[in-house]
Amino acid sequence: MMEENKDSVKDVDFWATNSEEGGWNISSTDEGSQKMLDQEDEVTTKIQMGSEVIDDYFIDDDISDDERMILNMGPQHPSTHGVLRLQVELEGEVVRRVQPVIGYLHTGMEKTGEELNYFQGPTNTTRMDYLSPFFNELVFSLATEKLLDIEVPDRASTIRILMTELNRISSHLVALATGGMDIGALSMMIFGFRERELILDFFEKTTGLRMNHNFIRPGGVAADLPDNWQKDIEKILKVIPEKLKDYDEMLLDNPIWQGRLKNVGILTTEECLAYGITGPSLRASGYAWDLRKMQPYSGIEKYEFDIPVFEEGDVFARWRIKVLEIFESLKIVEQAMGNMPKGPFKIQDKKITPPPRKRLDESMEALIHHFKIYTEGFKVPEGEVYTTVESPRGELGCFIVSDGSSKPYRMHVRGPSFCNLQALPVVMSDSPIADAVAAIASLDPVLGDVDR
Amino acid sequence: MKENLDISIEDYFQKVEELKNDGYEMMVDLTAIDWFRKKEPRFEVVVNFLSVSKNKRISIKVKLNDELTIPSITSLYPSANFYEREVFDMFGINFENHPDLTRILMPDDWVGHPLRKDYGTGRIPVQFKNAPKVD
Repeated sequence: MMEENKDSVKDVDFWATNSEEGGWNISSTDEGSQKMLDQEDEVTTKIQMGSEVIDDYFIDDDISDDERMILNMGPQHPSTHGVLRLQVELEGEVVRRVQPVIGYLHTGMEKTGEELNYFQGPTNTTRMDYLSPFFNELVFSLATEKLLDIEVPDRASTIRILMTELNRISSHLVALATGGMDIGALSMMIFGFRERELILDFFEKTTGLRMNHNFIRPGGVAADLPDNWQKDIEKILKVIPEKLKDYDEMLLDNPIWQGRLKNVGILTTEECLAYGITGPSLRASGYAWDLRKMQPYSGIEKYEFDIPVFEEGDVFARWRIKVLEIFESLKIVEQAMGNMPKGPFKIQDKKITPPPRKRLDESMEALIHHFKIYTEGFKVPEGEVYTTVESPRGELGCFIVSDGSSKPYRMHVRGPSFCNLQALPVVMSDSPIADAVAAIASLDPVLGDVDR
Repeated sequence: MKENLDISIEDYFQKVEELKNDGYEMMVDLTAIDWFRKKEPRFEVVVNFLSVSKNKRISIKVKLNDELTIPSITSLYPSANFYEREVFDMFGINFENHPDLTRILMPDDWVGHPLRKDYGTGRIPVQFKNAPKVD
């Protein structure tokens, strides 16, 4: 992989912009940058390509302070995907240093998680990564079930897989849409949100809400799938691939799209590992690591699907990998629909899952169990557990410490966006500010997940 | 697939270095637990490592002494940077040799460390009928 990178450095005049004809020459406006190009040897190339992970910024005394400018991007800026604020040090149009400033969406969810019992827990975690709420519920439920040492019924697992993979599609569609908007493909914005609406309609039908569902709970899922759910899934399976083909016709061979994205915002495998970046960004950097294959959960090992991997590690690869992952998720959804087992959709343990509403009028025990679960919750044995699932942004982990009561003693969520955000200085530095926006979009941070 | 280790604070940095040489490429999570009035010592730091080449996880746990200071592992794992800042912000644990140990989620002038157990959760008083007024 390094061999290719070196070659591509020689071909391209200014590596960050991929301007082959050299028309956009930074030397005409900015002497300091030209000087940096003159001094480029193998070591500096290595650092720029990112195979050496160091903080490589030195203040050059030759450049006057007039040319350096510190600029605040955000927190209110459409292309920062929420309330991300970046302090950017610019030299002309080139970003030299970046400092992400986060915390604008901090609502103390980990503290709230200690106040809510395990039955209420998913209501809280589902609001963290608001674009992939099912994954947050799933990881919390898996952690609780591991502490309780229970297995959910097959139908519950399959419904979980079905919903999470649909959620992965909807989340990636938002990433494609907002990513397209940031780069200037405004039609992509409309398209992505239009197709996501199909999936959100199905979510609304099943769970009652478009977002923040609180559907996956410890012990199973909250409700069974609605009648004729297969028809909705069949429609999704039919429409989404057609629309993805449309996107590809519009973007894949589009020279502007390729010019803006290729060789921009490169992350190498070493950088990804050092900065703890997981998910599509790691796979776009050439490392085939997917928790669905490596450390499977909820029986996802039974499904047939591939993990798309790219070697380039640039914004284009990260965009492309999300498109291909939608196809793979569609495969899983189709298999889950075909093999949906019959049976209960939640565990038949009256101490953990509440009885159905109609039983309350008939049975005294059911009323007692219902009352106990909704007032006190259920007790969970002492212990500590760290569970992970592959969310659309990478490894989503939940760390729960239980002291034997019905509330978690400590609830910590390892949000993938929080960790991936650390790579922004690496991705953005030494590239023009327009490319920086593309790089942020490709990392796809969700600020609800960052700040929690 | 998952190991748990208890490490003393003196061996912590060395152990992490060993793990890094041992093929644990990623530090995926770093957090703390506050055992206020439940256990002594009060604070524990929990670090989760992942080896993508060997498909293994390891979690190490360090008990802190009263000085609440622990070496930073940012020099070994750059991904620890934000996590250590978060633990500093939320628990008030100091990380030695951290490049930029400032508050990350709370405002810079915030007083207190929210995830400590002796830090109360604020409540907005609800006005019921004829209830005495709460300021």
